[in-house]
Amino acid sequence: MKTWVSNRQSTMETNLWRLLLSVQPSRGLVDEKFSVRVQNAPPAHPLTMHALLHSEDGDTWEAFGHYVTDSGGDVNVSEDPSLGGTYDGVEPMGLLWSLRPAPGSRPGLRFRKRDAQTPMQVRLSVYQGHQSEGFMDRAVLASVMVERWYMAPGVRRVNITEGGVTGTLFLPPGPGPFPGLMDLWGGGGGLVEYRPALLASHGFASLALDYLKQADVKNEYFEDAYRVLQQHPQVCKNRIGLVGLSFGSSVALKMSVYSNVIQPRCIVCVSGSHIHAAGSRLKKTRYNEENQVIWRDLLLPVPTDLSKKVDVGRLQCPLLLVVGEDDQNWPVPESADDMREMMEGAGNSHLLTVLSYPRAGHLIEPPYSPHCRAGTFMAAGSRKKFIALWGGEVAPHSRAQEDAWRKTLDFLRENLYCSAD
Amino acid sequence: MSWRSCFYFLRAAHKTLYTLQEQLGLLGRSGIRPSSTMAQTVTPILSVLPTRGLVDEKFKVALENLPPRFPVTLHSLHQSEDKDYWEAFGYYVSDDRGRVTVSEDASLGGTYKGVEPMGLLWSMHPVPGSRTGLRLRKMDVQSPMVVLISAYKGHAFEGFREQPPLASALTERWYMAPGVQRIDIREGGVIGTIFIPPGPGPFPGVLDMWGGGGGLVEYRSALLASHGFVSLALDYLSPKVAVADDQSLVYFEKAFNIIQQHPQVIKDRVGICGLCLGASVTLNVAAYSESVSPRCCVCISGSHVLPAAKSLSYVINDGYKHMDKLLVDEQNRMVWRHAILPITTNPDEKLDMGRIKCPLLLVNGDDDQSKATVESAEDIAKMMRAAGNEHLLTTLNYHDAGHLIEPPYTPHFRASNFIIQHLQQKVLVLWGGKTKPHADAQEDSWQKILSFLREHLYPCPSSSIPQAKL
Repeated sequence: MKTWVSNRQSTMETNLWRLLLSVQPSRGLVDEKFSVRVQNAPPAHPLTMHALLHSEDGDTWEAFGHYVTDSGGDVNVSEDPSLGGTYDGVEPMGLLWSLRPAPGSRPGLRFRKRDAQTPMQVRLSVYQGHQSEGFMDRAVLASVMVERWYMAPGVRRVNITEGGVTGTLFLPPGPGPFPGLMDLWGGGGGLVEYRPALLASHGFASLALDYLKQADVKNEYFEDAYRVLQQHPQVCKNRIGLVGLSFGSSVALKMSVYSNVIQPRCIVCVSGSHIHAAGSRLKKTRYNEENQVIWRDLLLPVPTDLSKKVDVGRLQCPLLLVVGEDDQNWPVPESADDMREMMEGAGNSHLLTVLSYPRAGHLIEPPYSPHCRAGTFMAAGSRKKFIALWGGEVAPHSRAQEDAWRKTLDFLRENLYCSAD
Repeated sequence: MSWRSCFYFLRAAHKTLYTLQEQLGLLGRSGIRPSSTMAQTVTPILSVLPTRGLVDEKFKVALENLPPRFPVTLHSLHQSEDKDYWEAFGYYVSDDRGRVTVSEDASLGGTYKGVEPMGLLWSMHPVPGSRTGLRLRKMDVQSPMVVLISAYKGHAFEGFREQPPLASALTERWYMAPGVQRIDIREGGVIGTIFIPPGPGPFPGVLDMWGGGGGLVEYRSALLASHGFVSLALDYLSPKVAVADDQSLVYFEKAFNIIQQHPQVIKDRVGICGLCLGASVTLNVAAYSESVSPRCCVCISGSHVLPAAKSLSYVINDGYKHMDKLLVDEQNRMVWRHAILPITTNPDEKLDMGRIKCPLLLVNGDDDQSKATVESAEDIAKMMRAAGNEHLLTTLNYHDAGHLIEPPYTPHFRASNFIIQHLQQKVLVLWGGKTKPHADAQEDSWQKILSFLREHLYPCPSSSIPQAKL
């Protein structure tokens, strides 16, 4: 249990007012908005709202905003502007998306929840005055705990090991059947479960696929995984989509165009490219002044040779591209432009929707979690660690995450739930 | 879907949060199978937000992706800790866009009617075939109430359970907010449970006492702590406590002191909250204790008609002496409200309300069949007017509400089983109240109780107090 810096003595002596801090809901899904309110403080009084999160790796993340109470002694974070801190302006969720590693943390940190079945636990506190540092040494006026869940109650997590496929299937509550999603993460490899857990919380049977354990994964692996999903008794076999991030997007595009087995009803490609990664020119790696790796040039210029990129002119299902215009890791905006050109030429551009976000970076994730402009990256199968520059600026990137997630869910619902057979 | 498979689904769905393995065997490959036509047709999307809420938080239940003007039944199902099933349902018709929004659309029938955002919870009743006289209470407050909300095709009140639902969602309802601590109290003979809000404090405190059913009922205290009050749920009637024969108020004063002395409690901001017999104890302490002074009191469904300075067991036994006034109605339910009527004019037979020195909130239902609380409240007002302290009194009277005015959105029951502690006799007691007005009373009174407690127990900023430096 945390030991509090004692402020009780001074409080009792001065008969200090006791403010009320409330957060609703106190247990929410990661993509649910919350309402943070302070009441019973003096009017026109400066306060600092602070958020604290301990990651599973033991790192500390924090965010804060400076407020002044209104004439009633209240602060309503959803309506009142932050006057400074890690975010400013009227930002209902700023205390979450502007979380950054606490001073003194290891460099290159990226916040990712490995265990999707337990919540993120965020401590929200109120401090006297406008503070910007030394929070751990200051007395707190009030504090509450907030839980943020990737899994809604009733979502079931099932280990998948059949037919040589390794993955985790998340099933929504209810009898189903449900539309299915194959969720393909990026080149970091491993089994990243939080996004499919959240997708299942929105009604999609979602399969997180571990596909980078071997250096050269065969196409059949993806087809086997697709079949496993299709054949599940609670999945609608002809209502399956693909969701990819980064390298996973490339896989999604390639499989959809060239595979006879994988016939998704729709595809979402976040921060992806149709350009084949093999043959990328490593010597085009660049470094910025902080020695962070910029890999976006490796696939450039966009090849005109059709054998060097996925022929998206042959796509037969709706495609949603999510693009961060400040992506420093992959040439996502250029790829999106080229895909549009190819599809216009082939006559299937009516299938294409592009969401393009200025000043957003590569890692466009579910909303209200911290942004990472540069972070430690280790490609699957390699032991070498880099600090990769992902790109993006905190506020625009966070807005992009919020908007893209909502539109992604709408897109998936429209194509997998609502469309007629 | 039989109750058995509903239960397994419910249990499995809930356990997903804590263990993985059980649900693999219960569902998925060998579990509930959808009807074959479902695979070809669009399925509706059911959402409940927030997915995990506090018991007194409203939720939003919505259905999308239905055909337009499609009749559906929204159904809620809960299995209590006693293993009984409770359910509620409402009939809806989707709009032109194929949507049903419970907080905006009217239920056309079922266990509740009209626009009732929380009807699926407060109108719950035991499912057909259940044991009689049931009462829904959560004894383990560290786990949530889990409610399964489902949508069924058409409008039915039975038989629709034989078909699989169109969609289901699970929601949790918690008495404890994250970070609230629960601590067993066994101190100086006092038995209870203390709940401490998250944060450094210090906080105001509340001594919380339930009614004559005895035992240690924690949920209201847990919820009060979730709203910023250190709250002690006090066990004062179980045999192990043996306070019932104590003529003095020492036990309650000790309990009050435990709260006051807690390092995270503001000493001069401790109040008392009681229901039924607990309310009578509250008035007794507030009026007669020489060592404790509550800052304010909340008395729910209570009365001042009890002789002061008599032991609790005397008071309880005394009540049963008036057997000629205790009715049994045509359904064999005990109706106790007449026991204290007419309200006595003999000052020795009731507490001297002129001695009350702190703000007092009375919460009563005028359909209370267990105690004549409205009449008591009128007499209390009369006594306080005569004594010149009526300005301390606020009375909330709820039309058609019964005796058990609890935190909101939990089911109402007009009668339930009750064990008369000292006789160890089980009877069926008529509490009174009509479901919808009682549910409204619970919702409204809870907000007012919280406001009242905040107003009197949370120190307010004043322009004359200089800002303290920390």
